[in-house]
Amino acid sequence: MKDVKWFVVVLVLALLSTGGMAVAGTLDEVRARGVLTVGVNPGVAGFSMPDEKGVWKGLDIDTAKAIAAAVFGDASKVKYVALTAVQRLPALQSKEIDALCRNTTVTLTRETVNGLNFVHPNYYDGQGFLISKKKGVKTAKGLKGATVCTLPGTTTEMNAADYFRKNGMPWKPVVIESNAELNKAFFAGRCDVLTSDASQLAAIRSVAPNPDDYIILPEIISKEPLAPVVRHGDDQWYDIVNWTVMALIEAEELGITSANVDEMLKSTDPQVQRFLGVNPGFGKALGLDEKWAYNIIKQVGNYGEIFDRNVGPKTPLKLDRGLNNLWTKGGLMYALPFR
Amino acid sequence: MRGFKDSAISEKIPFWLDPRKRAIFFQLLTFCMVGFLAYYLVSNTLINLERQKIASGFGFLHKESSFEIGESLIPYSAASTYTRALLVGALNTVKVAFIGIVITIFLGTIIGVARLSSNWLVSKLAAIFIEVMQDIPVLLQLFFWYALFCETLPSPQEALTPGAGISVCNRGVAFTIPEAHPAHRYMLLAILAGCVIIYLMRRWARKRQEKTGQFFPTFRVGIALLLGLPFVTWLTFGAPLKMDVPVLEGFNFQGGVMVSPEFIALLMGLILYTSAFVAEVVRAGIQSVSKGQKEAAMSIGLRPSLVLNLVILPQALRVIVPPLTSQMLNLTKNSSLAVAIGYPDFVSVANTTINQTGQSIEGVALIMAVYLFFSLSTSAFMNWYNKRVALVER
Repeated sequence: MKDVKWFVVVLVLALLSTGGMAVAGTLDEVRARGVLTVGVNPGVAGFSMPDEKGVWKGLDIDTAKAIAAAVFGDASKVKYVALTAVQRLPALQSKEIDALCRNTTVTLTRETVNGLNFVHPNYYDGQGFLISKKKGVKTAKGLKGATVCTLPGTTTEMNAADYFRKNGMPWKPVVIESNAELNKAFFAGRCDVLTSDASQLAAIRSVAPNPDDYIILPEIISKEPLAPVVRHGDDQWYDIVNWTVMALIEAEELGITSANVDEMLKSTDPQVQRFLGVNPGFGKALGLDEKWAYNIIKQVGNYGEIFDRNVGPKTPLKLDRGLNNLWTKGGLMYALPFR
Repeated sequence: MRGFKDSAISEKIPFWLDPRKRAIFFQLLTFCMVGFLAYYLVSNTLINLERQKIASGFGFLHKESSFEIGESLIPYSAASTYTRALLVGALNTVKVAFIGIVITIFLGTIIGVARLSSNWLVSKLAAIFIEVMQDIPVLLQLFFWYALFCETLPSPQEALTPGAGISVCNRGVAFTIPEAHPAHRYMLLAILAGCVIIYLMRRWARKRQEKTGQFFPTFRVGIALLLGLPFVTWLTFGAPLKMDVPVLEGFNFQGGVMVSPEFIALLMGLILYTSAFVAEVVRAGIQSVSKGQKEAAMSIGLRPSLVLNLVILPQALRVIVPPLTSQMLNLTKNSSLAVAIGYPDFVSVANTTINQTGQSIEGVALIMAVYLFFSLSTSAFMNWYNKRVALVER
């Protein structure tokens, strides 16, 4: 008898819980909750890593903060959920998080079969190889028979398989799920090479026992556009996240920084006036406050500031802007028109 | 007369007061509810997947996997299908679980007996081993053995050679093996034939002993057969002696057989952890046989080895086998921790598959089905064995 009662309770709960699920949009849910939940990488220096005080820092973290600034006018209202490569997509699909800012490569399969939508990339990357100088290898073509460390569930795992297959070179993968364990195995010499996105390799090298002992081979074997991700089926939320990334780039194009944004409010340039909400319109269109872009730039900074702060030449990663420079300076960062 | 009375009573009692009918009613109700719940969950999931445009179904199994797997018992490449990739993973799980179970039972029995030893030092050493291994989580043990392997051993270029034909480095242990030769297949057949002959010989020896009381040394003859038959086969093929020696070529050893550090670390962790539990099971089993049995056996003049084989063990096994089965299942299930140290077991391969295809529900269902199959077949075998050793009650 007790069992029967229990079943009825479960059944009723199950029916009730799904009744309200389909209706509310992500923006309303986030506002009602009062905090934005974002999936991030558990630890890649420069992109997403807690510092010694436990405060999350990095390019992906700043992107998440920008979304919070746009939605709440407060960049600190973010809850970070650390996810491994294997966990990240299911976490987004199952609504555990509102958006994923976790160096995730845009691919056709992920946008279709996995039911996800990628916004504008916040970092253009490519896959490379990190190797100890002692091995005396100067090019990826010399990796015949090598043992290669890689993360599971990543595009890098498949790209490496493609690359070695195409060049007819035998190899052996060592696949470990946790970044920390993988790096440990690599530094201990379990593998000859470690393959990942070039930016991550720079991050891993920066935390090596002796960074100068390692080089990144010149070959970049794939395109890895890394972008924030949202679920299929909520166009308004997609627009908000997409145009948040655009706003970061647009601000750099317009020369607006966190330092001069208050002065820029007085600018006579109609483009700047529209962008910062002095001339209202964009905020309403997105379902946000008219000050959304102002809040992003004031609290987080423009794309150039974010890049320099986290991964630029003055950081341990020492990455050049390269592909991530503005289109006007030979890069790929191109904000679509704010009109 | 009685029949009439019964029907009269059942006519009087309304069906909701008849406990038998009521029980049937509630069982039906429960069954319907469980069925409805299952249907609801499945259909709800499918609708939600459809709404989010997430693919469902097992069609992905026939597609090219396009990822590589570190070690495999069957030919596999990135051009193989997901089905084959998953099979490679399942076989890797079977490999580590089977070898692990065999060694664990062997080691566990020795330690369990040592724990009961009258030698103070042996008994205390066994006790320390059991306490330490039982109390450290198996995942930590895996990390420990893996780190030990990777951090302390030299690179392939400076590999250690503890014995002829063996090289130890941080890529694993490379063994020299005899080069492939048709004789090997016939040697394997000779071993199988030896097993059959031993089985028949034991039946014959037992019957003869029951009839005439004469004892036949089956054990010694059996060992001689198992070793002798393959050896004779090997000689008839002209005793091929060519060896496949692992040679350092480029980054790594080529040739021979390479056992990876992931496999060794996983095997070590699982064996040491589980054998501590098995040791306790064996000790409890032996202690469950009352002292009087041993004394009675000795009083009729049986040798100590016969006391153990004919009196103690048959009775102890009844107590040992059921908990031993659950330890074997534990070892098999714990082998899924392999993912932490990069051994490509079934869970690891299935995880990668889930990620590349995005079909987590199907992937997790496959993982559950495969482990259920492993567990059920292990317990089916052990139940059969348990019936054989169980006390025959008359």
